[in-house]
Amino acid sequence: MFGTYLRRELVNRRKQSLIISIGMALAIGLVILVNSISGGVQNAQAAVLSSVYGVGTDITIHQAAAAPTAGANPGRFSFGSGTGETSGGTTTLAQSTLTTSRTETVFAATDLDTVKATSGVQAATGTLSLTNMTFNGQLPDQTQTGTTGGTEGTGTAGQPGAEAGGTRPSGGADGAGGSSFDVDNFSVLGLDPSGASVGPLSAVTLATGRLLTAADAGTDTAVLDASYATSASLATGGTIDIGGTTFTIVGTVSSSGSDSETASNVYIPLDVAQTLSSNAGMISNIYVTAASSSGVDSLASALQTALPAATVSTQADLASTVSGSLSTASSLVANLGTWLSIIVLAAAFLIAILFTISGVTRRTREFGTLKAIGWSNRRIVSQVAGESVVQGLIGGVIGIAVGLVGILIVNIVAPTLSGSAAATTAIGGGASGGRSGGGFGAAAKAVATTVTLQAPVTLGIILVAVGLAVLGGLLAGAIGGWRAARLRPAEALRSVG
Amino acid sequence: MYELTNVTKTYNTTKKKIVALDDVTLSIPDGQMVAIQGPTGGGKSTLLQMLGALDRPTSGDVQLGSSTLSKLGDHRLAAIRAKEVGFVFQGFNLIPTLTALENVETALAPLPGSGADRRQRAQDALASVGLGDRLTHLPAELSGGQQQRVAIARALVKRPDVLLADEPTGALDEETRDEIMDLLESFWRDQGLTLIIVTHDSGVARRAERRLHIKGGRVTELAGQPA
Ligand SMILES: Nc1ncnc2c1ncn2[C@@H]1O[C@H](COP(=O)(O)OP(=O)(O)OP(=O)(O)O)[C@@H](O)[C@H]1O
Ligand SMILES: [Mg+2]
Repeated sequence: MFGTYLRRELVNRRKQSLIISIGMALAIGLVILVNSISGGVQNAQAAVLSSVYGVGTDITIHQAAAAPTAGANPGRFSFGSGTGETSGGTTTLAQSTLTTSRTETVFAATDLDTVKATSGVQAATGTLSLTNMTFNGQLPDQTQTGTTGGTEGTGTAGQPGAEAGGTRPSGGADGAGGSSFDVDNFSVLGLDPSGASVGPLSAVTLATGRLLTAADAGTDTAVLDASYATSASLATGGTIDIGGTTFTIVGTVSSSGSDSETASNVYIPLDVAQTLSSNAGMISNIYVTAASSSGVDSLASALQTALPAATVSTQADLASTVSGSLSTASSLVANLGTWLSIIVLAAAFLIAILFTISGVTRRTREFGTLKAIGWSNRRIVSQVAGESVVQGLIGGVIGIAVGLVGILIVNIVAPTLSGSAAATTAIGGGASGGRSGGGFGAAAKAVATTVTLQAPVTLGIILVAVGLAVLGGLLAGAIGGWRAARLRPAEALRSVG
Repeated sequence: MYELTNVTKTYNTTKKKIVALDDVTLSIPDGQMVAIQGPTGGGKSTLLQMLGALDRPTSGDVQLGSSTLSKLGDHRLAAIRAKEVGFVFQGFNLIPTLTALENVETALAPLPGSGADRRQRAQDALASVGLGDRLTHLPAELSGGQQQRVAIARALVKRPDVLLADEPTGALDEETRDEIMDLLESFWRDQGLTLIIVTHDSGVARRAERRLHIKGGRVTELAGQPA
């Protein structure tokens, strides 16, 4: 009887059923679509982050720089007497220095041991993030420099942040007999050459040559980012001057997954980086993989306790550093999408409830009659609830179809999003170098990534959708059923009208 | 056997207290055919609600067989309605989305029995009211008289002890009225039912063994022999 009655009601009161179901379908479809896009945006963010931090990095640790002390400005070139060749009143200089980032400070590599000893850490590796600045140019002889223009030219030429350097004055332009120079920046990352499973190089694909190996420790070998190598006209088998030392380029790497640059322009063995930059036993970043993905937050706070001076960031913290259209999409989905889903869902529930109540009111005499011939309240409530749940389920099924079509459209259109991980850690040196060195056609900069948005469909989303549809139906059915239960059986006797 | 003792039913509306039944004491033996007459608003339907276990009196006792209806909870009252009481209404009160057969089956839904058994009994009941060939018709596809026949089949399919009818012919023309009354009377005779009919129509009332008049909530015997 239950089934027959339910079927007859749904079929014969098609309009009411359809309105409830379609309302539910739109809401469920929207929930699925928003959920899926949000998943896609998260994947995209993860792709951007992994191109910077490597795959499987759950937590990164760095230490922010203390306020710079006077005279300790890294990146200052020192030109003593006898440097360069002097001819005809100008000195020709070619000097490169390897320095640590201005925004970060190095810390003892023993902190890495502390991290590795913390429970919940599966793997950890330490890196030293450096910036190499190469100065190429001619300076007017100090003695011949006039009082105009030249002071600036000589006094600040070595400071990459200075305006004078940024405009690349050519000889004569400053009216002082001319200084002509070029400053080139690129980021250098010292890392454990034995190839850790965690860290910046875990998300790269070998383009040419080979990666660093344990045997490279202590040797002047370098691996270059493929796109940097192209732009700097360097190739595997060639050499590169880093901090005044000539390194052999053994390979180039490109980012796997996305068409972005990798975390650094140049990768060299950690011990060599430490020696060259006079940072023996020091590192600037630690990459941590947590033993369990659910324990990331508690591990982060444990690490923060163990290393009070350090800044401990989780992937979630890092995701907020991703900028560009990806971050716009992310906040759009998070804000507009979520609110829209909630509002439409609430509206659909409300429609279902109101229509169910009005249906019960219209059927007052019908339910009164059924009660008069012996139907219990429970039987009537379950009849009303059954109708609502089935309407909700039909809406849910249509909604899933609508949602899947929406997802299909998104995936066919496949909008591209660009994200920039202006991170504070691995490319911290690059970021600040890029900023100050921007005027020089900066070699070091934040890693920009273009990702195609793909909205994934998960079983979880479908189950949530079905759950919501049933919930909406149950809610409407419970309220409608409650109304029906309150009807007096004597309503059946009310005169026709 | 009905025993009503000092039954009073009052309705509290926002404005005033309405006494729909005023200290009614009455007994109706099994198998009697009773007509209840009276002016509109007199309390006929209210009395039928007390007899039909649809509502409890404000005070007084209603006894049906061994059950004291005035003291039972909603669930027990529903069970008594399901088993022992059949109802026929002025407006037929069929479920508009269900076929004639399914409408009759609704009366059997609260009772034990298999689906096939229910179907068979409903078919037999429809055949007994002369609608064996209208099983799959919707109420809207039937005439008023046919709808009331379906309603009678629905009321009698469970073989109740009592059949209560509130103006069963009020919506029908005279010829159909007589057909329906003949049908009810024949069931009353054949099945030993207690048949209680509320009616404005003295032509209908004349057929009853006993006639009650109710006005202002007070019941008086009109004619016939109280058993
Ligand atoms: N649910 C209710 N709430 C308030 N008053 C009610 C209710 N039901 C009936 N009444 C009142 O009780 C009195 C008796 O009503 P009842 O329906 O029993 O009359 P009736 O004799 O059946 O009249 P009719 O011939 O018009 O059907 C009337 O005054 C009516 O207004
Ligand atoms: Mg009445």
